[in-house]
Amino acid sequence: MQAEQETIPFIQRVTAQQPVISIHHLYKSFGTNAVLIDLNFLLNKGENVAVLGKSGSGKSVMIKCIIGLLRPDSGEINVLGKEVTTLNQEELDRIRVRVGFLFQSNALYDSMTVRENLEFPLRRHWIQITPAESNEKVMDALTNVGLAHTVDMMPAELSGGMRKRIALARTLILNPDIMLYDEPTTGLDPITGREISQLMAELGEKYNTSSVIISHDMNCIRTTADRVVMLIDGRCYTEGKYEELKKSNDPNVKQFFE
Amino acid sequence: MVLSKTWQNFFRETGEMSRFTWRFFAHGFKPRYEFAEFFRQCFLIGYKSLPLIGLTGFILGLVLTLQLRPSLIDYGVESQLPAMVGIAIVREIGPVITALIFAGKIGSSIGAELGSMKVTEQIDAMEVSGTNPFKYLVVTRVLAATLMLPVLVILSDGISLYGSYLGVNIRGITSFNLFFKQVFDALSFSDLSPAFIKTFFFGFAVGMIGCYKGYNSQKGTEGVGRSANSAVVVSSLLIFIIDLVVVQVTDILGLN
Ligand SMILES: Nc1ncnc2c1ncn2[C@@H]1O[C@H](COP(=O)(O)OP(=O)(O)OP(=O)(O)O)[C@@H](O)[C@H]1O
Ligand SMILES: [Mg+2]
Repeated sequence: MQAEQETIPFIQRVTAQQPVISIHHLYKSFGTNAVLIDLNFLLNKGENVAVLGKSGSGKSVMIKCIIGLLRPDSGEINVLGKEVTTLNQEELDRIRVRVGFLFQSNALYDSMTVRENLEFPLRRHWIQITPAESNEKVMDALTNVGLAHTVDMMPAELSGGMRKRIALARTLILNPDIMLYDEPTTGLDPITGREISQLMAELGEKYNTSSVIISHDMNCIRTTADRVVMLIDGRCYTEGKYEELKKSNDPNVKQFFE
Repeated sequence: MVLSKTWQNFFRETGEMSRFTWRFFAHGFKPRYEFAEFFRQCFLIGYKSLPLIGLTGFILGLVLTLQLRPSLIDYGVESQLPAMVGIAIVREIGPVITALIFAGKIGSSIGAELGSMKVTEQIDAMEVSGTNPFKYLVVTRVLAATLMLPVLVILSDGISLYGSYLGVNIRGITSFNLFFKQVFDALSFSDLSPAFIKTFFFGFAVGMIGCYKGYNSQKGTEGVGRSANSAVVVSSLLIFIIDLVVVQVTDILGLN
């Protein structure tokens, strides 16, 4: 009896890091093109995991499955305790409020101003909010990324780095628990890339998010990730801390660090 | 029998398009209704094409009148000019030309807009923001196109007839009232209704094809261009096919 009372807290302490995303035996193919083959993946609460892999290895497909934009052929995807593949539209929307997705191409709405872009998720998710609160949230989000002055501009008037920041602000405006970043620094110059990485790390800290960061930018991974998962041929090839992988002698791993 | 690649593609496209259209009817009339976006699209679609359609309509009426006149004089029925031009414009030329211009202007812009939204992941972004992009983008645009084209055709017909009235007055003299009395005397209900009804189908076809092409755009700027282009080509072709079908149907119904 005495022993049992002691072991329960002990076990809880070990599993205190509950997974917010767990993927088991995920398969996804497009026609004859098998993209994900028996993929397994875990993201613990508060953790930032980078997913590394060649172009076309299915990284974007993986996170699109997580958010329910793509239906997997088989396998389980558990997000915040809910099985994504079995949810109906309404439940899926409720999960999506808590999971932010930063798109590879930013996906800012061309026909809307920056303000309207940021208001879009607020308005559309049936969130009870007054115009004043909404405006405050928009300005807060923009201040976070240092772009409060662009509020009435159109996305086309902004530079690539600014657009990435606006997209980041739009994703964070709902205060998500989980962030999915799809190549946040690709297509930016190294300096801007570093700024974005730092911003991601800062905001992750500030809002206490867990995140999946897809990237082949080593600087970005080093700044933002606690753990690195390497995807090769639709499977998790290996994983570890950045420094561990860097020292690896495996040629498949080494090629990313050159 | 093995079908050639071209035919396979043709049947695949047709099947996909039918599925897309089915989706419109299956989802389009269930909540949540996107009224704000629908009215915005009505305004944009109607307003954007108004100057072009007005101008072409005017020229059309004028030119038709000037060209018909010598032939009618040859037959000695010059006085029938307003009646003939009226019937030609209201029954056939007005709806078809307006629809073709509408396809060029609106079909291509819908194709390009949705295409670029597709390739830059804006459609995905809408979906994760608690919005059904099919309803928000496709249903609103298709309905707006379906309802706005008939309005544009009526306006265009009116402007065409006015152009024709001016055309008559270049060589002869007719009063405004007499001209339009002659036109409306020549037109019967059975002239107007099929011509009016088919414009809804034209508008639907332009909206649907534009959205289909854009929504299924291939990656890259080239893909977007191709979507816009084939939206115009396919919807123009469809306009003629619908026109043909409507003629047959109204014939069978004895409306002609
Ligand atoms: N909607 C789709 N339809 C068909 N095939 C797709 C689709 N999305 C992705 N694919 C295919 O899946 C494979 C993986 O694509 P994915 O976009 O996940 O690559 P990625 O790892 O994100 O690469 P990148 O670094 O270039 O973004 C590619 O071969 C691609 O052709
Ligand atoms: Mg990708």
